[in-house]
Amino acid sequence: MTAAITVNALRKTYGPLTAVDGIGFEVGAGEIFGMVGPNGAGKTTTIECLEGMRAPDSGDVRILGLDPRRDGYPLRERIGVQLQQSALPDDIKVWEALDLFASYYRKPAPWEPLLDELGIADKRDARFSKLSGGQKQRLFIALALVNDPELVFLDELTTGLDPHARRAMWNLVRAIRDRGKTVFLTTHYMEEAEQLCSRVLIIDRGKIVALDTPENLVGSLKAETRIIFTAAEPGYDPAPLRAVAGVTRVDVAGDKITVTGRGDRLVILVVNALDAQGARFRDLRTEQPSLDDVFMAMTRDEMNPEGGAK
Amino acid sequence: MKGLVKLFWVEFKLYMRQPQAAFFSLVFPLLLLFMFGSIYGNKPTPFFGGRGMVDVSAPAYIAIIMGSTGLMSISIVVSTYRERGILRRFRATPLRPAAIIGAQVAVNFLMTLAGTIILVGGARLVYHMQFNGAVGAVFVGFTLSTLSFFAIGFVVASLARTSRVAQIFGMLLYFPNIFLSGATVPKEIFPAAMRSVSKVFPMTHVVNLMQGLWIGNPWSKHITEVVVLAGFLVVGGIVSAKTFRWE
Repeated sequence: MTAAITVNALRKTYGPLTAVDGIGFEVGAGEIFGMVGPNGAGKTTTIECLEGMRAPDSGDVRILGLDPRRDGYPLRERIGVQLQQSALPDDIKVWEALDLFASYYRKPAPWEPLLDELGIADKRDARFSKLSGGQKQRLFIALALVNDPELVFLDELTTGLDPHARRAMWNLVRAIRDRGKTVFLTTHYMEEAEQLCSRVLIIDRGKIVALDTPENLVGSLKAETRIIFTAAEPGYDPAPLRAVAGVTRVDVAGDKITVTGRGDRLVILVVNALDAQGARFRDLRTEQPSLDDVFMAMTRDEMNPEGGAK
Repeated sequence: MKGLVKLFWVEFKLYMRQPQAAFFSLVFPLLLLFMFGSIYGNKPTPFFGGRGMVDVSAPAYIAIIMGSTGLMSISIVVSTYRERGILRRFRATPLRPAAIIGAQVAVNFLMTLAGTIILVGGARLVYHMQFNGAVGAVFVGFTLSTLSFFAIGFVVASLARTSRVAQIFGMLLYFPNIFLSGATVPKEIFPAAMRSVSKVFPMTHVVNLMQGLWIGNPWSKHITEVVVLAGFLVVGGIVSAKTFRWE
């Protein structure tokens, strides 16, 4: 695996606050690499150090083999950047922005096809201030792709978007990866990281608390699956479920039964047991551990700093 | 270079899409000309040394245009670009900072020149304004004055924390300058005390220089103006370069 990004002992402080505390990792070419963490964990500081927008206090950063501070201009020819906080002049038209940004690069990609790929072709002549949040984000992605970059940075791409727009963005990110590019993204949404990323880095208080594939992260939590259903007949006796292999607990609240346990076959075994019992039930659903649970377990809770893991 | 040219062209279009900026640099001076021209006409009078009201006022109105582009447009646009993160977005590309400054200077210089040509054209056509200077000298004086006002505008943009503050600073500089420098109302009608007060305003020196070069004065009569304006240009340039912030 060729490394698109190599970071060693990266550190950045703002006065007494240590935003990034000696982190190191590597991102391979062709990956969609996600960085997640609570607000103020150091995500944006890290991504800005990688982009060359911010000078680290110490540590070594190599992006496509270049030092983003020393070789800033050559590097910017080869990367695409979508910033968390940025804008364009209100009165600039979509096509003008693309045409303008394309002119900044030595080897720009043709920008006309980007309008179609990002679904903003009908907004070609619209002014920036007239675009919706989702359309602005699409335009910023188009601007990040206008130099046909090898590596794209996306900082909180979908924050503030509605669920439809968010899913559309995910498809766009996958399409970028499918064109052979490396994607480095930060997000607040665990579902997003789980859906998109080949590997996820969890950062908290400037330190890496976990770095692995979403599957391994979820697996490492050893969390239990919960099966919840409503008994269709009054007086249902859940006792036989306690004997099912893997079940650790059965809780009854009125006609609502919650079965907790482990194992890949847990759901099948529980349903079989219900069937063998001749029990009638409805609204059966399962709750699998997700990256959300990993996140909650591994990062501090701002609302409840003493609580730690939930 | 390609980026600079394209940025200049886009900035030009953006300027024309802002009605207030285009109004103050292109239309407002012409309105002043017609307003005072229709009140006083342009009859030569001993009070203005054998010249008419328009002969004396039109070169002074050029300073108002410089105030509008330098003190208002540049300071507001640059501080807005910083506040809204437009500069940040530019910084994430290979575009050089000098190109961003250069495009602003070029567009606003062009608009100042365009406003001046419209104003002088109107004064010539309607009031047969006299001109006894050399076009080359006037252009040099115009360029020096314009750039020194741009330097002030960049300093305002650098020092103001937000675009709102920049706008207030810009207006606080613009209005006293245009009314107390003799740019709007000829200094000849000021009482003596006002005339000495007016010397603290940089625009007074622009008015003196433009009016002097207009009637063909030699540069030797305008050393004060040249030194003051060059000082604003150099000091403003250094201060704005030192205090320039991307965000």
